Amino acid sequence: MSIELKQISELVWEIPRSGEMLVPGRIYADRGLIKHLVDDVSRGKEWNALVQIRNVACLPGIQKASLAMADIHPGYGFAIGAIGAFDTQDGVISVAGVGFDCNCGVRTLKTGLTRDDLKGKEENLANELFRTVPAGIGSEGRIKLSKNEINDVLVKGARFAVERGYGTPGDLIFTEEEGCVNGADPDTVSDEAKRRGSSQIGTLGSGNHYLEVQAVEEIFDEDSARVFGLFRGQVLISIHCGSRALGHQIGMDYLKTLESASRRYDIPVRERELVCAPFKSEEGRRYFKAVNCGINAAFANRQVIAHLTRKALRSALGVNEGTVTTLYDVGHNTAKTEKHKVDGVEKQLIVHRKGATRAFGPGRPEVPSAYRAVGQPVLVGGTMGTRSYILHGTQKGMDETFGTSIHGAGRISSRESAKKRWRGKDLVAQLKERGIIIKGHSLSGVAEEAPGAYKDVAQVVDVVHNAGIAERVAMTVPLISVKG
Amino acid sequence: MPYEFLEHESDIGIRAWDRTLERTFVQGGKALFDIMVDLKKVKKKTSVDISCEARDIPALFVEWLNKLLTQSDLKKTVFKDFKVESIEPFGYDVYRLKGTAFGEKIDPKKHSVRTEVKAATYFGLKYEFRDGSHYLQCVVDV
Repeated sequence: MSIELKQISELVWEIPRSGEMLVPGRIYADRGLIKHLVDDVSRGKEWNALVQIRNVACLPGIQKASLAMADIHPGYGFAIGAIGAFDTQDGVISVAGVGFDCNCGVRTLKTGLTRDDLKGKEENLANELFRTVPAGIGSEGRIKLSKNEINDVLVKGARFAVERGYGTPGDLIFTEEEGCVNGADPDTVSDEAKRRGSSQIGTLGSGNHYLEVQAVEEIFDEDSARVFGLFRGQVLISIHCGSRALGHQIGMDYLKTLESASRRYDIPVRERELVCAPFKSEEGRRYFKAVNCGINAAFANRQVIAHLTRKALRSALGVNEGTVTTLYDVGHNTAKTEKHKVDGVEKQLIVHRKGATRAFGPGRPEVPSAYRAVGQPVLVGGTMGTRSYILHGTQKGMDETFGTSIHGAGRISSRESAKKRWRGKDLVAQLKERGIIIKGHSLSGVAEEAPGAYKDVAQVVDVVHNAGIAERVAMTVPLISVKG
Repeated sequence: MPYEFLEHESDIGIRAWDRTLERTFVQGGKALFDIMVDLKKVKKKTSVDISCEARDIPALFVEWLNKLLTQSDLKKTVFKDFKVESIEPFGYDVYRLKGTAFGEKIDPKKHSVRTEVKAATYFGLKYEFRDGSHYLQCVVDV
């Protein structure tokens, strides 16, 4: 197996259009990152990201290119770190382009605390967060929702939580879509999905989800940092999770719907997970309404977790909840209708971001007015042992990548091989020596998330920064990590 | 152990096999829950009847695994063993499965919980019959 790859600029590589491809594939990467992807193909690895990028380029209505960010790695159907934007008139919507964890994303909270304020109190805070924020398999939230209430969550998103007293209106201003997307119809979501979601609001989940206390280690862009309210040494808290079982069930339900739609509308599917429906079809419209419900459920979930985090900060450190504010909350598993220019013409597109973060540039009305001059904050999660980044969106990103950037470091080795190579217990001890406290519900889960199983997040961030599609503002280091 | 895990960077591939198709579905169920808990620590105390249908055998495999995940979550139960009574064609391009899952209420400490599986996907989906065994595989999202 081989895939033709052409370097079109220092950090952009192209899979030229050929065969059934409707557009080229385009990957943002440096030589090292691209070599890893090419090696997978030449070693004959069946499940590789380049083939996935090429397959997405064959889907009807795709615009400009099948795009991939520097954190690209193999997913199911779409690669992780992939962007597929389709014309809403004649394009498709796909479950694999969103993923089963609809609107999985990151919320980052700012505090007025500095790293020094935490000295000697880290263990206490870690225990309080671990106790307060439910995580892991089988965990349930403290809020039990009736069927009517869950319908409200699906329509109102984070607003539902704020109306119930879990957070402040200020949180909504600094959440993507103000925490609530339009076009959510609870009738498109199955009873099973709603029942599964009724006790999970305010829970972290497991896998790569986390709640992390971080300190700002480096500021790259003082002006943007000031606008975002960031300073060196500041304590931040990042929450990484999604729509939980409710979102998973929406994905399961619509995978079947879209499979029959693919046959009904005779859509060529090169890989079965890429089943899809025309966006304008009945099936496509229903799935999109359900996706919007899932997106709102995730916003509500992160809103409640933010509230629980404030409570934990209060009881562990006596912090006034009002001093803990939202920097931003943004999803990285979504499908959204957005206006973008394609070949100079403004078009309404359905943009799938699978493990890719929206990164809108300055001036876009979707960016909160306080940040609009700078561009949207882009929250890039690292690993529990390395570092995370805060970037801002750029006009170049709007022009080249539908206003999208990376979402994390990107995995480089599988969970199975990580478990063979590292032991959870040893990792916890090693990180402790470096001053990082890990609280996990599962030691094997910790081993799967070993920092060594990921790409170097700094290298991945350098690519998007140097390519100009998002720019570095600040870098944080982990102090406490709560894992599911 | 007639199932194995296949290397995938972000998720996990599972491959199950056995002499009969029904037994292969059973192995697939075991592989699924082996990702989430220590099966040795789970007892067979309760059972849940499962029925599902799909247009072909590979899709039925995914549907079966997803039904197990849904029931496990709704009933707060983890499964360790399964019985598949029948897999039969029903009319034009429909296959139906009837089976039962056995396990007990989840206890995160007792069962040494690992990583939650979000869903079974159609990615890497394959059904083969060779050397007298039925093989089924797919990637599950974790």
